[in-house]
Amino acid sequence: MIRVVLFASLREQLGTGATEVTDDVRCISDLVEALSRQHGKVWRVTLHSENVRVAVNKSLVQGDHHIMDGDEVAFFPPVTGG
Amino acid sequence: MYLRIGVQEKPFDVGKEVRSLRESSRQIGGIATFLGVVREINDDDAVSNLFLEHYPGMTESQIEEIIRSAGERWPVLAATVLHRVGNLAPNEEIVFTCIGSRHRGDAFAACEFIMDYLKTRASFWKKEKTRAGSRWLTTRDSDIKAAERWTDDH
Repeated sequence: MIRVVLFASLREQLGTGATEVTDDVRCISDLVEALSRQHGKVWRVTLHSENVRVAVNKSLVQGDHHIMDGDEVAFFPPVTGG
Repeated sequence: MYLRIGVQEKPFDVGKEVRSLRESSRQIGGIATFLGVVREINDDDAVSNLFLEHYPGMTESQIEEIIRSAGERWPVLAATVLHRVGNLAPNEEIVFTCIGSRHRGDAFAACEFIMDYLKTRASFWKKEKTRAGSRWLTTRDSDIKAAERWTDDH
Protein backbone atom coordinates (compact mmCIF):
# COMPACT_ATOMS: atom_id res chain seq x y z
CA MET A 1 0.00 0.00 0.00
CA ILE A 2 1.18 3.50 -0.84
CA ARG A 3 0.00 6.44 1.23
CA VAL A 4 -0.55 9.59 -0.83
CA VAL A 5 -0.69 13.06 0.74
CA LEU A 6 -1.52 16.37 -0.92
CA PHE A 7 -0.90 19.92 0.22
CA ALA A 8 -2.10 23.48 -0.38
CA SER A 9 -3.68 24.19 -3.79
CA LEU A 10 -3.38 20.53 -4.88
CA ARG A 11 -5.29 19.40 -1.79
CA GLU A 12 -8.05 21.88 -2.59
CA GLN A 13 -8.17 21.09 -6.32
CA LEU A 14 -8.43 17.33 -5.70
CA GLY A 15 -10.72 17.68 -2.68
CA THR A 16 -8.73 15.54 -0.25
CA GLY A 17 -5.52 15.70 1.77
CA ALA A 18 -4.76 11.98 1.81
CA THR A 19 -5.63 8.72 0.08
CA GLU A 20 -4.20 5.22 -0.37
CA VAL A 21 -3.29 3.09 -3.36
CA THR A 22 -3.22 -0.68 -3.02
CA ASP A 23 -2.43 -1.49 -6.70
CA ASP A 24 1.05 -2.75 -7.48
CA VAL A 25 2.88 0.45 -8.41
CA ARG A 26 6.63 0.77 -8.90
CA CYS A 27 7.19 4.42 -9.75
CA ILE A 28 5.56 7.86 -9.55
CA SER A 29 4.00 7.61 -13.03
CA ASP A 30 2.42 4.21 -12.13
CA LEU A 31 1.06 5.80 -8.97
CA VAL A 32 -0.47 8.75 -10.84
CA GLU A 33 -2.15 6.32 -13.28
CA ALA A 34 -3.54 4.29 -10.36
CA LEU A 35 -4.86 7.46 -8.69
CA SER A 36 -6.42 8.52 -11.97
CA ARG A 37 -8.19 5.14 -12.28
CA GLN A 38 -9.45 5.36 -8.69
CA HIS A 39 -10.51 8.99 -8.54
CA GLY A 40 -10.84 10.31 -12.10
CA LYS A 41 -8.74 11.86 -14.85
CA VAL A 42 -8.54 15.21 -13.08
CA TRP A 43 -5.90 13.59 -10.85
CA ARG A 44 -3.65 12.77 -13.82
CA VAL A 45 -4.02 16.27 -15.26
CA THR A 46 -3.44 17.97 -11.91
CA LEU A 47 -0.52 15.83 -10.73
CA HIS A 48 1.25 15.99 -14.10
CA SER A 49 0.92 19.76 -14.36
CA GLU A 50 3.95 21.97 -14.34
CA ASN A 51 5.46 22.98 -11.00
CA VAL A 52 4.13 19.99 -9.04
CA ARG A 53 6.78 18.84 -6.56
CA VAL A 54 7.03 15.26 -5.33
CA ALA A 55 8.47 13.86 -2.09
CA VAL A 56 8.92 10.19 -1.20
CA ASN A 57 9.06 9.49 2.54
CA LYS A 58 9.45 13.23 3.17
CA SER A 59 12.44 13.72 0.85
CA LEU A 60 12.13 15.64 -2.42
CA VAL A 61 12.63 13.52 -5.55
CA GLN A 62 13.11 14.37 -9.20
CA GLY A 63 11.71 12.59 -12.25
CA ASP A 64 9.92 9.27 -12.26
CA HIS A 65 11.30 8.03 -8.93
CA HIS A 66 10.76 4.39 -7.95
CA ILE A 67 8.52 3.64 -4.97
CA MET A 68 7.92 0.62 -2.75
CA ASP A 69 5.10 -0.80 -0.68
CA GLY A 70 4.79 1.24 2.54
CA ASP A 71 6.11 4.49 1.07
CA GLU A 72 4.45 7.86 1.64
CA VAL A 73 4.31 9.99 -1.50
CA ALA A 74 3.50 13.70 -1.28
CA PHE A 75 2.47 16.06 -4.08
CA PHE A 76 2.58 19.81 -3.56
CA PRO A 77 3.13 23.18 -5.27
CA PRO A 78 6.33 25.28 -4.91
CA VAL A 79 6.80 26.47 -1.33
CA THR A 80 5.98 29.99 -0.11
CA GLY A 81 7.09 30.15 3.53
CA GLY A 82 9.10 32.66 5.51
CA MET B 1 25.47 23.62 19.27
CA TYR B 2 22.20 24.98 20.64
CA LEU B 3 19.50 24.14 18.13
CA ARG B 4 15.83 24.96 18.52
CA ILE B 5 13.30 24.38 15.75
CA GLY B 6 9.56 24.85 16.10
CA VAL B 7 6.54 24.82 13.80
CA GLN B 8 3.54 25.90 15.81
CA GLU B 9 0.15 27.61 15.78
CA LYS B 10 0.70 29.61 18.95
CA PRO B 11 2.66 32.88 19.04
CA PHE B 12 6.22 32.85 20.34
CA ASP B 13 7.92 35.00 22.96
CA VAL B 14 10.84 36.66 21.20
CA GLY B 15 12.42 37.94 24.43
CA LYS B 16 12.36 34.52 26.05
CA GLU B 17 13.77 32.89 22.92
CA VAL B 18 16.68 35.33 22.66
CA ARG B 19 17.49 34.88 26.34
CA SER B 20 17.52 31.05 26.11
CA LEU B 21 19.80 31.20 23.08
CA ARG B 22 22.12 33.77 24.69
CA GLU B 23 22.46 31.70 27.86
CA SER B 24 23.31 28.54 25.88
CA SER B 25 26.98 29.48 25.38
CA ARG B 26 29.49 31.89 26.85
CA GLN B 27 31.33 31.89 23.51
CA ILE B 28 28.56 33.96 21.93
CA GLY B 29 29.57 37.55 21.18
CA GLY B 30 26.77 38.55 18.82
CA ILE B 31 23.17 37.58 18.19
CA ALA B 32 21.32 38.45 14.98
CA THR B 33 17.54 38.08 14.84
CA PHE B 34 14.91 38.36 12.14
CA LEU B 35 11.18 38.57 12.79
CA GLY B 36 8.82 38.16 9.86
CA VAL B 37 5.38 39.79 10.19
CA VAL B 38 2.11 39.44 8.22
CA ARG B 39 1.82 42.46 5.90
CA GLU B 40 -1.56 44.10 5.67
CA ILE B 41 -1.08 45.10 2.03
CA ASN B 42 0.27 42.50 -0.38
CA ASP B 43 0.40 43.10 -4.15
CA ASP B 44 -1.89 46.16 -3.69
CA ASP B 45 -4.66 44.22 -1.92
CA ALA B 46 -5.67 44.45 1.73
CA VAL B 47 -5.08 41.11 3.42
CA SER B 48 -7.55 40.19 6.18
CA ASN B 49 -6.12 36.74 6.98
CA LEU B 50 -3.12 34.59 6.11
CA PHE B 51 -3.34 30.79 6.34
CA LEU B 52 -0.14 28.76 6.53
CA GLU B 53 0.14 25.05 5.93
CA HIS B 54 3.16 22.74 6.32
CA TYR B 55 4.17 19.09 5.91
CA PRO B 56 4.70 17.80 9.46
CA GLY B 57 7.99 15.95 9.76
CA MET B 58 9.38 17.04 6.41
CA THR B 59 9.29 20.76 7.17
CA GLU B 60 11.18 20.37 10.47
CA SER B 61 13.90 18.22 8.81
CA GLN B 62 14.29 20.78 6.03
CA ILE B 63 14.74 23.57 8.59
CA GLU B 64 17.37 21.51 10.39
CA GLU B 65 19.14 20.85 7.09
CA ILE B 66 19.12 24.61 6.30
CA ILE B 67 20.61 25.44 9.73
CA ARG B 68 23.30 22.75 9.25
CA SER B 69 24.19 24.25 5.85
CA ALA B 70 24.55 27.67 7.50
CA GLY B 71 26.75 26.04 10.15
CA GLU B 72 29.07 24.71 7.44
CA ARG B 73 29.51 28.22 6.03
CA TRP B 74 29.77 30.29 9.20
CA PRO B 75 30.77 29.42 12.79
CA VAL B 76 27.25 29.27 14.26
CA LEU B 77 27.15 28.58 18.01
CA ALA B 78 23.39 28.64 18.49
CA ALA B 79 20.33 28.75 16.24
CA THR B 80 16.58 29.11 16.77
CA VAL B 81 14.04 28.97 13.95
CA LEU B 82 10.35 29.18 14.80
CA HIS B 83 7.63 29.27 12.16
CA ARG B 84 3.92 29.66 12.73
CA VAL B 85 1.17 27.83 10.85
CA GLY B 86 -2.62 28.10 10.81
CA ASN B 87 -4.59 31.34 10.61
CA LEU B 88 -2.73 34.61 11.17
CA ALA B 89 -3.95 38.21 11.14
CA PRO B 90 -2.05 41.26 9.79
CA ASN B 91 0.77 42.39 12.08
CA GLU B 92 1.11 38.97 13.73
CA GLU B 93 4.55 37.35 13.68
CA ILE B 94 5.11 34.49 11.20
CA VAL B 95 8.75 33.55 11.49
CA PHE B 96 11.61 34.12 13.91
CA THR B 97 15.25 33.35 13.23
CA CYS B 98 17.90 33.94 15.86
CA ILE B 99 21.60 33.16 15.41
CA GLY B 100 24.38 33.36 17.97
CA SER B 101 28.00 33.49 16.89
CA ARG B 102 31.31 34.85 18.19
CA HIS B 103 31.11 37.92 15.95
CA ARG B 104 28.25 39.87 14.41
CA GLY B 105 29.30 39.41 10.77
CA ASP B 106 28.83 35.65 10.95
CA ALA B 107 25.56 35.99 12.88
CA PHE B 108 24.10 38.46 10.33
CA ALA B 109 25.19 36.35 7.34
CA ALA B 110 23.90 33.06 8.77
CA CYS B 111 20.58 34.68 9.73
CA GLU B 112 20.07 36.08 6.23
CA PHE B 113 21.10 32.81 4.57
CA ILE B 114 18.63 30.84 6.70
CA MET B 115 15.78 33.23 5.87
CA ASP B 116 16.54 33.08 2.11
CA TYR B 117 16.60 29.29 2.20
CA LEU B 118 13.48 29.05 4.40
CA LYS B 119 11.52 30.98 1.78
CA THR B 120 12.47 28.65 -1.04
CA ARG B 121 13.39 25.28 0.50
CA ALA B 122 11.10 24.57 3.45
CA SER B 123 7.63 23.08 2.96
CA PHE B 124 5.29 25.91 3.89
CA TRP B 125 2.43 27.23 1.79
CA LYS B 126 0.61 30.54 2.26
CA LYS B 127 -2.95 31.37 1.34
CA GLU B 128 -4.18 34.90 1.79
CA LYS B 129 -7.70 36.17 2.12
CA THR B 130 -8.51 39.55 0.56
CA ARG B 131 -11.78 41.28 -0.26
CA ALA B 132 -11.60 39.70 -3.73
CA GLY B 133 -11.38 36.18 -2.28
CA SER B 134 -8.70 33.71 -1.23
CA ARG B 135 -5.56 32.89 -3.18
CA TRP B 136 -2.58 30.59 -2.72
CA LEU B 137 0.61 32.57 -3.07
CA THR B 138 3.22 31.69 -5.66
CA THR B 139 6.97 31.84 -5.21
CA ARG B 140 8.37 35.32 -5.88
CA ASP B 141 11.23 35.65 -8.37
CA SER B 142 12.95 37.98 -5.89
CA ASP B 143 12.93 35.18 -3.28
CA ILE B 144 14.41 32.69 -5.75
CA LYS B 145 17.12 35.21 -6.71
CA ALA B 146 17.86 35.92 -3.04
CA ALA B 147 18.43 32.21 -2.37
CA GLU B 148 20.46 31.69 -5.56
CA ARG B 149 23.04 34.31 -4.66
CA TRP B 150 24.38 32.01 -1.90
CA THR B 151 25.22 29.31 -4.44
CA ASP B 152 27.25 31.67 -6.67
CA ASP B 153 30.98 31.01 -6.50
CA HIS B 154 32.66 33.84 -4.68
